[in-house]
Amino acid sequence: MRFPDASGRAGFTAIEGVSFSVADGEVVALIGPSGCGKSTLLNIGSGLYASSSGHAFVDGERVLGPNRHVAFMLQKDLLLPWRTIAENVALGVEIQQQTKRECARRASDLLRGLNLADFAAHYPHQLSGGMRQRVALARTLAVDPSVLLLDEPFSAVDAQTRISLQQDLAQTLKHAGKTALLITHDLLEAIILSDRVLVMSARPGHIVDEITIQIGGRDDPMRRRQDSKIAGYMARLMERLEIARPALSA
Amino acid sequence: MTTSRSAILRRGTAASVVLFVFFLAAWEWGPALLGIPAFVLPPASAVYAEFIRMVSVNHLLFHAGVTAAEVVAGFVLGSLMGAVFGYLLGMSPTAEIALSPYILALQIAPKVAFAPLFIMWMGFTVYPKILVAVLIVFFPVMVNVLTAIRGIDPDLINLARSFTASRPQIFWKIEFPSSMPPLFASLRIGSTLAVVGVVVGELVGGNFGLGYLLTFGEGQANTPMVFVCILMLTLIGGIAYVAVILIEQRVLHYMPARPLGGV
Repeated sequence: MRFPDASGRAGFTAIEGVSFSVADGEVVALIGPSGCGKSTLLNIGSGLYASSSGHAFVDGERVLGPNRHVAFMLQKDLLLPWRTIAENVALGVEIQQQTKRECARRASDLLRGLNLADFAAHYPHQLSGGMRQRVALARTLAVDPSVLLLDEPFSAVDAQTRISLQQDLAQTLKHAGKTALLITHDLLEAIILSDRVLVMSARPGHIVDEITIQIGGRDDPMRRRQDSKIAGYMARLMERLEIARPALSA
Repeated sequence: MTTSRSAILRRGTAASVVLFVFFLAAWEWGPALLGIPAFVLPPASAVYAEFIRMVSVNHLLFHAGVTAAEVVAGFVLGSLMGAVFGYLLGMSPTAEIALSPYILALQIAPKVAFAPLFIMWMGFTVYPKILVAVLIVFFPVMVNVLTAIRGIDPDLINLARSFTASRPQIFWKIEFPSSMPPLFASLRIGSTLAVVGVVVGELVGGNFGLGYLLTFGEGQANTPMVFVCILMLTLIGGIAYVAVILIEQRVLHYMPARPLGGV
């Protein structure tokens, strides 16, 4: 997936001259201050909104609109309350006109993989926030996209649930060999889940740093959390994001 | 919590039955005790006797049947049209802006005032009664559906779009099911409003229906007859309301259970 020199606008210039690419099977985290246009990038990548200049490419094809290569997942689970969990997971597959049996098969496979098989017939309101987010992940994976765009997927769940969701996500991405662009506010999450971290500046956003994470075991963020190199990466990110500087110095 | 909930339900039902008995007793003997004459407030037994008399003499059940049929026809047509317009306007902001002054004007105009006009147009048939009901049911349904479509989280639509959903798919998989809870809320209101519309139509003109019997009883100063008609109308409205709730419970079965299945 490539973003060669994309600029996006929504009444204002949200991002400018952003250019990067994500290799097949790579997980790249994108981090930056609020309103730096991270979500704009995601919208351009998923084809929901057109960029004002520049383009996004997925699998060598220019993104002209929503397409089957890309699927996204947001902070909100966006589960449909009138569908059971299995039916929610199958939403995308169903829209893409797969047979009923194929929809059911993919849903049950994914739910089993994410330890949700017992809840297939439940309705969303019967599940906790963390479980619902896991269902949203299953729904994203069900359409078998080559690229996943994840926009702060775990920022609405509690800290402990987040750790286990991160673990699930990392293992699923690794085993399925998916490419992912993870947008997050959480510095630690960016480091432990990705191969590479891109740092964006304030609006109009552009990329100010690129850090390759040299810690092994991307499919095991729980272990990565405890690695001694974490502190160094954190310090560098904080410096790049100008977090250390007192914001309200008199 | 669950045990106390069923206990509350049991106690509430018992209290309701006691209250009903007390109400009937007060109705039967209260007026006499307070010195209210029977032609002003007839006791329950007199109203019941009048009911029996009307069934055999005034074809009460025929008139009630006509009114019920008009209510059903007006309610079904009015809510169908309201829903269709609600969806169309909900999906086309341009149409909504263009039509909003007319919609607003029709919504403000008291619908029952149209009854004499419709009778002038269509004569003493069932149609003007049905039409008043259609008009009166139309607006709450349309407004609720329109608001529901407008209120859908844009991210939900984007989610469907990202799965390459077509416009009809977005409607049938996201918008239409999302609108069900507000639609049913408006159908509940509509089911009671339909009775109002039909009765006003019948009061204004014609020689059938409970509204006609109401004016007939009024002309004869037959208070028990008026009471019978009011009770029958309440019964028809009640049945329509319960029917909507039963359908709603089937359609919205996925909703978290409401406390005590509230009405």
